[in-house]
Amino acid sequence: MKELTVKMTSQATEEQLLYAKILGKGMFVGLVLLFVTFALYVFGIMDPAIPLSEISGYWNQPVHDYLVAINNNFLHLEHLPTGWAWVKLIGKGDFINFIPVAILSGVTIICYLAIVPGLFRRGDKAYAIMALAEAVILALAASGLLSVGH
Amino acid sequence: MTKSMLHKLGGIYAALVCALTLSPVWAFASEATASAPVPVDSDMAWWMWPLILLVVTFVMGIIAVLGGVGGGVLYVPIISGFFPFHLDFVRGTGLLVALCGALAAGPGLLKMNMASLRLAIPVALIASTMAIVGAMVGLALPTHIVQILLGATILGIVVIMFTAKKSEYPEVKQADPLSSALRICGIYHEASSGKDIDWCVHRTPLGLASFIIIGFMAGMFGLGAGWANVPVLNLMMGAPLKISVATSKFLLSITDTSAAWIYLNKGCVIPMMVIPSLIGIMLGSFIGVRILKVAKPAFIRWMVIVILAFAGIKALTKGLGIDFF
Repeated sequence: MKELTVKMTSQATEEQLLYAKILGKGMFVGLVLLFVTFALYVFGIMDPAIPLSEISGYWNQPVHDYLVAINNNFLHLEHLPTGWAWVKLIGKGDFINFIPVAILSGVTIICYLAIVPGLFRRGDKAYAIMALAEAVILALAASGLLSVGH
Repeated sequence: MTKSMLHKLGGIYAALVCALTLSPVWAFASEATASAPVPVDSDMAWWMWPLILLVVTFVMGIIAVLGGVGGGVLYVPIISGFFPFHLDFVRGTGLLVALCGALAAGPGLLKMNMASLRLAIPVALIASTMAIVGAMVGLALPTHIVQILLGATILGIVVIMFTAKKSEYPEVKQADPLSSALRICGIYHEASSGKDIDWCVHRTPLGLASFIIIGFMAGMFGLGAGWANVPVLNLMMGAPLKISVATSKFLLSITDTSAAWIYLNKGCVIPMMVIPSLIGIMLGSFIGVRILKVAKPAFIRWMVIVILAFAGIKALTKGLGIDFF
């Protein structure tokens, strides 16, 4: 087995710095987009799927009832808008806001995938496998395959 | 002592979960009454609630920084108790609030080597997996049961905040075999003394096992989990306080990511709730950091404990269908 070559110093490791760099960039892009897309939505620059004046009539319902109601009244989709169904609706002012939310929720997966090759290269197999497993678990959560509800 | 306290709290919580999910007695707590949010005032303009949300989360952001707690732990009980939003959306938003706070702090903490990736990776693997399970269970359970458990959890957090001590540099006589094998150790530069501090951890299997419960609760209630991460990393596993606080904050960016996806995919994200909340918390935190220089932290911490106790009782009584206040 290849010897580990990590030297103990008070400086962050190569993987840690790489992770931080990607996390920082992803967070910045996500937050900037969050402000931009919300401005498009709230100032009426892009028409929302659910009118701004109507949304307060729905947010007090459980999520399933809410989805059924907005689908029946506004979206008219074949299936309820769960999982990645919002992608089909990103032309609408409200659903475009899901892009930055997805970026902020997804950047960690990229961070993990980015550090795996370096960990393998240095013979740190246990951490490489754990990082890979984490990326798979997060990707599975993001995929929408894990879905239950009331 | 801390270990036994955490065990007791874990035992009480597990017993409560079993009682709430299995006992027919709880059927008396009406789902309809318990889950009904604050009624929507039809005369109110649509933009009033997002605006109120923005102002409240701004104040919350200030208090969270001064009180040394994450935004999520204040957000979920207060917003679910006193706003007209359903608990499903509050939990989804609460996770995103905690996630964004962690994402904002994470890169800096990693670069400064205060947050340890080596400590976080095994912990995060367990916590994030269990957060997914917690989110799925939380979304499958009736709302009033989740509300009761949320109230009990918040009151448990109050007890932890009230009793838990902190240790700047816990004594770790010998690293345990698992942490040695995984080489969970490091050196950080302590600016106040100008010294490099060596650290390692012990009781790693027990610490990792604790994150099964912590991850589950984070996902189930959308709370974030800094209130539990820090005591386990610091008091149980023996990581220095600064490493524990920084790693805990970074850890939330992973744990909350997994649960946030479950809520997002389930449809529990309403942009008109999420974005004002994020803006409010971020601006509040920004101001809070500046006020921190002149504030009296002990007073603020007591204020947070009182607010949480109030919000916990409100969540509990709401879950039980009692119109307490």
